[in-house]
Amino acid sequence: MNFNNPVLFKELKLRFRSFKGFNGILFFLLAMCIFVFGYIFLTVNISGTSYFRPSQSFVLFAFLSYIQLGLVLFTAPGLTAGSISSEREKQTLPILLTTSQSSFQIISGKMLSSVAFLLLLIVAGLPVYSLVFLFGGISPWSFVKVFFFLFVTLLAIGSIGVMFSTLIRRTIVSMIVTYGTMLFLSVVTGFLFIIVIQMKAFNQMGTVITTPSYLGQFLASINPAVLFATFLSPDMGYGISELTKVDFPIWAGYLIFYGLLTVGALFIAVKRLRVNMKRLK
Amino acid sequence: MIEIKGLTKKYGQFTALDNLNLTLNEGTVFGFVGANGAGKSTTFLIISTLLQPTSGEVFINGVSVREKPSEIRKLIGYMPDFFGVYDQLKAEEYLDFYGASYGIPEEERKKLIPQLLELVNLSHKRDSYVDLLSRGMKQRLCLARSLIHDPKVLILDEPASGLDPRARVEMRDILKTLKGMGKTILISSHILPELAEMCDEIGVIDNGKLIAHGSVAEIQKKLQGEKVITVRLLDRVDETIAFFEEQPYVSSIEKLDGGDGISFMYRGTEEEQLGMLKEAMLADMPIVSFMEHVTNLEDVFMEITKGAEA
Ligand SMILES: Nc1ncnc2c1ncn2[C@@H]1O[C@H](COP(=O)(O)OP(=O)(O)OP(=O)(O)O)[C@@H](O)[C@H]1O
Ligand SMILES: [Mg+2]
Repeated sequence: MNFNNPVLFKELKLRFRSFKGFNGILFFLLAMCIFVFGYIFLTVNISGTSYFRPSQSFVLFAFLSYIQLGLVLFTAPGLTAGSISSEREKQTLPILLTTSQSSFQIISGKMLSSVAFLLLLIVAGLPVYSLVFLFGGISPWSFVKVFFFLFVTLLAIGSIGVMFSTLIRRTIVSMIVTYGTMLFLSVVTGFLFIIVIQMKAFNQMGTVITTPSYLGQFLASINPAVLFATFLSPDMGYGISELTKVDFPIWAGYLIFYGLLTVGALFIAVKRLRVNMKRLK
Repeated sequence: MIEIKGLTKKYGQFTALDNLNLTLNEGTVFGFVGANGAGKSTTFLIISTLLQPTSGEVFINGVSVREKPSEIRKLIGYMPDFFGVYDQLKAEEYLDFYGASYGIPEEERKKLIPQLLELVNLSHKRDSYVDLLSRGMKQRLCLARSLIHDPKVLILDEPASGLDPRARVEMRDILKTLKGMGKTILISSHILPELAEMCDEIGVIDNGKLIAHGSVAEIQKKLQGEKVITVRLLDRVDETIAFFEEQPYVSSIEKLDGGDGISFMYRGTEEEQLGMLKEAMLADMPIVSFMEHVTNLEDVFMEITKGAEA
């Protein structure tokens, strides 16, 4: 990693110069606090007990994790899908491309400056999470897993956004395509998974499914919502293995797929940022 | 220093640059003239590694633009014809960002930036936001930006467009200073006289072809040898056009707007002109008057580049 990244420093400076960034963080934290305290207050009041049970703190944890996931899925495209195309629209890109920065430096600067902001949001939410710990019922390990995979998802969606922003001239189109891809990965794959499993059950009417469904397992593995469900309840993971007859951990499939996606998307973005002067058409 | 060899750029079927050849020595100030759409910006984009040529090569200091674009970027300072600036960035920070983009260490940038702002007369706008500067100021700031890594070659695409007369004079003074610093400068413009004053060499491009290239003196001499002749006619305009088309040294024949005559460019000597007039009389052309205009650079530019409008 090159720490002398002018694009990264400039973008961060600009982002925090405008107070929009701070407002966003503040609003998010406030919403989370209200939610957590509200929940604790309500459960304690309604149940009439003066303590907060671990199972309830589990619900809270699950809810917070999904909120964070939703935050990543819906803000990462917006933050990255305009990173290059907006420079093109503002006519600052040609000048940037004639500087002696490498394409990788520019792309990684763009990527990190957007991701850093979201990461800040997630980290800013940590203290609220710690409340959940206070009441017990959640192992630190599942906590670490959730955060690690939030980060993996953030990087992957961010890279896709940067890639489309490089390939597509207009920011608005790039946004639509990036959001579309995100929705496909997080929603459509879930439906496809159900369809694939249903079809399988239908084909082998009456009999127990014995042949493995690799496609089904793949679809389940690339769906962030399914992954988080397996973290929150390990039974979920076994359940899916049961259905697909493939014994491969969901998290590993997820890590491989999104890891490759991140690397591939960034590679394409770096390659396509500048014109290839060597190739003759 | 700069060698352009057989440079061609096609956009689909359309040829924007057609086999351009040009060699420039170090320290030359080269003026690139041509009408709208002649191919000036296209040439500059290729030299600046921003556009892929269809064929041909460009070398700067022996380094190939196609093989080693990253080395070329260190050698050139490019100023586009249209460009934007980042908002929420102050003039000083703007230069600092680009300085960092060229890997210039921070202490050096701190020393360099005031000098550059001084050079382009923007010291008083150091703390102003760049998107709030006037167009002329942005243009000067962009010029300062293109100088930040002390490039050997400057590629300036219409740096004076959109400037008021006073700002043009200022821009010219800045360019003279840069010339004094020994930089090789490529500068494009629509306005030939403006370039003539500060350039060593001039190239005229039309429809993607370099149609004239030489020192200012050479071009001027060549152009002065040409004159526009206007012939007013009684009638039979088409017949007269046909006659003059047959004559040597005649080019760019056009009907006058009123339809009562023609004009054309003539390159022959006085004697040859006399001979042509005699022949026209013998051929019984309905000539009412025969008038020659001494051309200035602008007229000739108009003549040369007439085809571009079609
Ligand atoms: N991306 C493109 N796609 C298709 N045609 C293009 C493209 N860019 C430029 N052209 C065409 O190439 C020709 C040359 O354009 P260029 O911008 O080089 O002209 P120019 O000499 O700079 O003109 P001006 O004085 O108006 O700046 C024009 O006819 C233009 O329409
Ligand atoms: Mg142009």
